[in-house]
Amino acid sequence: MTLQTVLLVAAALFSVGLYGALSQQAVVMVMMGLELMLNGLILAAAAFWWFLAPDPSGQVLLLVIIVAMTVEMAMGFAVATHLHRVRRADLTDLAADLSR
Amino acid sequence: MLLPVAFWVLAVVAVLAGAAVFMVDSMARASYSLAVSFVAVGLLVLLLRQHYVGVVTILMMVMEMAVMAVYMVMFMGMNPALMPMSMVHDNRHALAVSIGVFVLLAAGVLLVPWPARRGGPPVDVTAALGDGLMGPKMLVMSAVGGVMAVTVVAGVVLAAHRTRYDRFGDDLRRRPADDPQPGGVGR
Repeated sequence: MTLQTVLLVAAALFSVGLYGALSQQAVVMVMMGLELMLNGLILAAAAFWWFLAPDPSGQVLLLVIIVAMTVEMAMGFAVATHLHRVRRADLTDLAADLSR
Repeated sequence: MLLPVAFWVLAVVAVLAGAAVFMVDSMARASYSLAVSFVAVGLLVLLLRQHYVGVVTILMMVMEMAVMAVYMVMFMGMNPALMPMSMVHDNRHALAVSIGVFVLLAAGVLLVPWPARRGGPPVDVTAALGDGLMGPKMLVMSAVGGVMAVTVVAGVVLAAHRTRYDRFGDDLRRRPADDPQPGGVGR
């Protein structure tokens, strides 16, 4: 277990998540892709902490990433609920006008 | 000997379970695949001696995936939450971009001359994190608290079926309130 091997695993997780976020049509599946990308980030940040500078600042950064993941999930669920209620839509293609 | 074996087993499980999220034929299976991937990553974080963060990751994500499974059944019913489904668009471009990003990241990981480790870990890693959050990193903790509070309010406002504007009108002056179920104290 070295810094490079852990970072390669993190890069694989990030890339798989990116594929999901770009390719999936269902809002929930897009959120799963984003979660997987953040999963890779958590692993990379933990590896940087352990292999480069194991002081408390690195752990605080990890907590911030976890908070970002929580906020993303909570707001994602709320927006998806609102979309479903107003438009009966659960696909990103049905809400493409929100990007304008 | 045990540590490298545990690392590689967990790494393979994390990546394969992550890939399975977009390969299995129902959303319920996808959410549990994602939970398995998160548990594997949480255990990897534990291997990297971050006990608190590893346990938080595992507990939080297992609960979150359970909520996600309920959410899918609630809003999508039998189709496609528990039924076979394939809902992708622009699959080839997405695959090409993600492979390109992986190659780029892997090249960076392998080519960058990483510096040597600076200092050693504290004796009690979790206590050091607590001391940091309640001491010099208090600003981070305060900001995170504010962000979480705003998220709760924004989430409720977005997800609420009826708000005070539905009850009292746009100027909040309508009396009595427009409630689907009349009654209540004083009425």
